Amino acid sequence: MEIERKLYKNSSPEAIVERLLKAGKKVTAPVRSGNTVDFREIKTPAEVEYNVLTTVQSAKKVAFPKVDKVVEFEVLKNNVNTLEIDFDSYPEQILFGARPCDAAGFIPLHAIFNWDYADQFFLKRYEKTTIVSFACTTNDEYCFCTSVGGNPGNTEGSDIQITRTGNSEFLIEIITPKGKTLSALFEDLLVPETEKTEKEKHLAEVPKAFDFEKVYNRLSSTFESPVWEEQAIRCLGCGACAFVCPACACFDFQDEKSLKKGARLKLWDSCGFSGFTIHTSGHNPRESQGDRWRQRVMHKFSYMPHRLQVRGCTGCGRCSRACPVDMNIKEHISQIESL
Amino acid sequence: MSNLIKTAEELLQSKKVNLVIGYEKGTGNKTRPAFIRRAEDAARLVFYAGKSQNLAVYILRQEVKRAGKTAFVATVPALRSMLQLASECQIKDGELIAVFVREDLETIVLEDFKSVEEFLATADTGFNPEEQELLSRLQSMTAPERFSFWTSEFEKCIKCYACRAACPMCYCHKCTTECNQPQWIAPASHPLGVMEWHLMRAMHLTGRCVNCGECATACPVAIPLNILTYSMMESMEAEFGTKPGMKADTKYALSVYKPEDKESFIL
Amino acid sequence: MSNGNIYMPNLMRIEKITEEAPFVKTFRLKFEDEKVAEEFSFRTGQFGEYSVFGEGESTFCIASSPTRKGYIECTFRQAGKVTSSLSRLDEGDVIGFRGPYGNIFPIEEWKGKNLLFIAGGIALPPMRSVIWNCLDTRQNYKDITILYGAKTVSDLVYKNELEEWKNRADVNLVVTVDPGGQTPDWKGEIGFVPTVLEKIKPSPENTVAIVCGPPIMIKFTFPVLEKAGFKDDMIYTTLENRMKCGLGKCGRCNVGELFVCKDGPVFTKAQLNNLPDEY
Repeated sequence: MEIERKLYKNSSPEAIVERLLKAGKKVTAPVRSGNTVDFREIKTPAEVEYNVLTTVQSAKKVAFPKVDKVVEFEVLKNNVNTLEIDFDSYPEQILFGARPCDAAGFIPLHAIFNWDYADQFFLKRYEKTTIVSFACTTNDEYCFCTSVGGNPGNTEGSDIQITRTGNSEFLIEIITPKGKTLSALFEDLLVPETEKTEKEKHLAEVPKAFDFEKVYNRLSSTFESPVWEEQAIRCLGCGACAFVCPACACFDFQDEKSLKKGARLKLWDSCGFSGFTIHTSGHNPRESQGDRWRQRVMHKFSYMPHRLQVRGCTGCGRCSRACPVDMNIKEHISQIESL
Repeated sequence: MSNLIKTAEELLQSKKVNLVIGYEKGTGNKTRPAFIRRAEDAARLVFYAGKSQNLAVYILRQEVKRAGKTAFVATVPALRSMLQLASECQIKDGELIAVFVREDLETIVLEDFKSVEEFLATADTGFNPEEQELLSRLQSMTAPERFSFWTSEFEKCIKCYACRAACPMCYCHKCTTECNQPQWIAPASHPLGVMEWHLMRAMHLTGRCVNCGECATACPVAIPLNILTYSMMESMEAEFGTKPGMKADTKYALSVYKPEDKESFIL
Repeated sequence: MSNGNIYMPNLMRIEKITEEAPFVKTFRLKFEDEKVAEEFSFRTGQFGEYSVFGEGESTFCIASSPTRKGYIECTFRQAGKVTSSLSRLDEGDVIGFRGPYGNIFPIEEWKGKNLLFIAGGIALPPMRSVIWNCLDTRQNYKDITILYGAKTVSDLVYKNELEEWKNRADVNLVVTVDPGGQTPDWKGEIGFVPTVLEKIKPSPENTVAIVCGPPIMIKFTFPVLEKAGFKDDMIYTTLENRMKCGLGKCGRCNVGELFVCKDGPVFTKAQLNNLPDEY
């Protein structure tokens, strides 16, 4: 479908949000809580925080929650009953105020969760999600979307994109049929473009930090390089980077049971944890933090592109902002490029 | 700053140490841990008071232990972590050199536990005003109000374990949450799993936490965890009179029996 | 999977439990749902995720052969949480099964060749499926040699089947125990598997070698085969990494750019040579 362009002449998108909520839709948007802004379900338009470059965490939880029940069971004396999860009961939902790097993050997630076996927990939720993203008019030193095939006005993965083009004007791009369906709720608030708005003029300028192709080719010969230990020496081995990342999909299964009833849960996990690959025998194929850091980078910048033809990183910089010891991935990858 | 660089250069050149752990310039106006092995790299070192995380978390790391004799740039909480680790028999006297940077950027090199103890005896080891305010606010709440406060804070927790990873006292090779026979703490980040984790961690840090605040600083969703762990320490000090990290041979109050211990609550 | 839930296990009832060795058991399992039982099929080399509902899942290869219908078997050693729970179950109890996952031993390609099976300790179970598959279609293969070793005599698994194989004229079975692991009446070999392998002087001529064992055994067995002239693409092994989902999504069994659960667990030595040492 060709992208439809309209204008919204108002100082803030609040009225659009009001329409969505009035229609009874479940809306998740950036909400401020003290010093941090993160995605939360909102009940009123006033809750949405617009004055922030980006949220601490990505929006992946709308389709890949941090705790998800995948099997429910009842353990009886000589039998077990398993109960089906009703995928059709997932509600329609709107992700409002994602950044282009958030919307793009669903693409590698989709590639993993649909690889040969279809994970309906992700796919059905994603199917029911309409993504309304905001193009970026500013950026900070952590952003590097342009180095990984993205840009501040990238519409990949978005159903509707909103770009601020003036104090009281926004460009509304309706990109997909899903977006078109949603836009019916606030169509009357929009006016046609009189002259073509130059979207690029209003976008942030994100300088390219490295060349993805170059890095991809470089990585195949760096497995034994000491660079991994050197870069990872300060890494503490927590899961902050993986959990805030829009493209990280690694998960754990844990069973919980109380008397007879129980469930198998799917939980976020991180390859950075020391126990991620440990065998019951005690043998750990990735024993040092350098080994684990290498896996993170290789998986995102080499293995995923090769096996699934997707990039495992959208350049949002969240990992670097969240990291307690400033493991700045843009910096690290640039260093690897010039090895 | 230049004094710190000179100190580090000297320590490395004289082979007194093989590794200096300090801070270097990070992204934006952040500082981050730096591992300096060669004297010519010491020029990377910086120091900004108030932007200095607790580097004692690296002391027990396998890469650091392998390096041999090490020096690290220590703030007051980091010095206390060092002595607490000593009390827990994790480091030997003389294997670690602490470098304290004064306000005027002069360095004080502390080569053994005794000198660290003497230094700390005159140092300020209390709360900052912001922490004091939050602690007072919590202490003036009723128990249900406090529970409600923490429940609301913990809703944000994603069990990334940055709090554990940044804490010098959390050095167990296999954390209690990783024990699965039995599974003491539910790994999931649902409300029960999160509450179990933070309460357990606070219990395990009781009398060991030196309030460096790294847990709260490291938390990506800004939960004020240090208030929880530190208030346990306050209780310990009030009940047992011990303050962790002031001496290198502090016996852990919860595992030491003295005939004069109170028994009124059990008899 | 009735409504497309790829993580939903099928229910299986434990029909028979055999105690193979200290802490090692074999379960014979039958699907509860007859329709599932009818439709189920697998090929040798594949594995499954076996559930104890409420405790978790564990990854074991399917240790029985696809030539034997109506049941599947798995053999495991009690080592961690789930295997300990499995050990406490009785005949008649219900567990879960997801699978079959993974790739297969390419036994079609081995037709007309000699087969040399080398296994150590608890690694005989993954091989048992392919050994039985080949023995059940014996006419397809030339000479079959099985070299199996364990720490001690009591640690040998499938003791009854070892007897069967010993008594077959069309199988050359060599069983060994580590020095010091023999009983006074032990009639088999004494020595580590790689040492005994050297002793039997295997010939690479038209032969496929299939090796499975603990890392230390593999480490010393490969050089013996190499010295004897075996080419890397004629040596097969099956890997075991920590797994959870078994179908290439959770990220745990990633070795280089391959997933042990999808691209393996069966690999040739030639493939292993290209993989980083992350397993």
